[in-house]
Amino acid sequence: MAHQKLSPRQYAILGLVSVCAPLGDTCLSMGMKQVPNVSLAHPASLVAAVFTPWIALGIALLIGFFASYLTALSWADLTYVLPATAFGNMIVEMLSRFALHEAVSIQRWLGCLLITIGVGFVAQGPSLTVHPAPATQVTVPAEEEQAR
Amino acid sequence: MNVPASTVGFWPAAGMIAAIILASSVGEILTAAAMKSIGDLDEIRAHSGLPGAIRAVLTCPLFFGGVTFLALAFFSLLYALNHLPLGLVAPASASLTLVTNAAGAKLFLKENVDRRRWIAAVLVCIGVYFLAH
Repeated sequence: MAHQKLSPRQYAILGLVSVCAPLGDTCLSMGMKQVPNVSLAHPASLVAAVFTPWIALGIALLIGFFASYLTALSWADLTYVLPATAFGNMIVEMLSRFALHEAVSIQRWLGCLLITIGVGFVAQGPSLTVHPAPATQVTVPAEEEQAR
Repeated sequence: MNVPASTVGFWPAAGMIAAIILASSVGEILTAAAMKSIGDLDEIRAHSGLPGAIRAVLTCPLFFGGVTFLALAFFSLLYALNHLPLGLVAPASASLTLVTNAAGAKLFLKENVDRRRWIAAVLVCIGVYFLAH
C-alpha cells in the first residue's frame, strides 16, 4: 500500500468536513427542540420542520459538509475520512471551553483526548488503499497457435 | 420539545437508533463506492471544470443509492431526536456507526483496515461516546 501524501488543500477539505458536520448537527438539535412532537401518523410535519430557521441553517451547513465529504472520499478511504468527522466534535468542545467559557467535564476532556489519539493514528497512515492491478492475460489467437 | 427517555421503551429506542446506524452505514458505504468509481474530483474539476465534476457525480447510479440511504438516516435522526434525548441518540448512533462503517469498508470496499485503523475506530468510538454522553 503506497503512502498517499495529502496536499494542504486536501487537509483544508478535511478541516471543512470536521467543522461543518458538528455545527450542522447542533443547529438541527436546537431546531428540533422548537418543533412539536412528530408522529409517524403525520410524516408531513417532519417535512414542515425542514423550513424552520435553525433546521434550515443546519441543513445548509450539512450541505457544505457533504460537498467536502464527497471530495475527500474521491481521494481517500472511508476509514481515513470518518475520524475527521469525529474530530469536529473536539473542535466544538474546545470552542465551548475557550470561546464561550463553558464548563467542560473530565469525561469530555477524556473523550477529546481519545479522539485526538485516534485521529493521530489514522492520519499517520496511508490515506488510500491502492489495490494491485489485475494481471493481464495474453490471449494467443488460434491461427498463431496453429502456426506454432 | 423533547420527550423524556422514560416515556419510550427500550426496544423502540433501540430500534430508532439501529435504524439510524443501518441507514447511515449503507449510505456512507454506497457513497464511498460511488466516489471511488468516479475518481479524484479535483482532477476531474481541473479537466472539465466544476460543471464536469458535478455531472460526473450526478450521473453515477451508486451515488443516488447512497444519498437515498443517507436521507433515510437523516429523517430517522430527526424522528429519534423528537422522541429521545440528544444525550442518548448522539453518542449511541455516532460511535456505533464508526465501527459498522469500518467493518463495511473492509467487507464491501475492500479497504485495508489494518490494526492501526481498527484501534483508531475504537478510540474515536469511545471518545465520541464520552463527548456526547
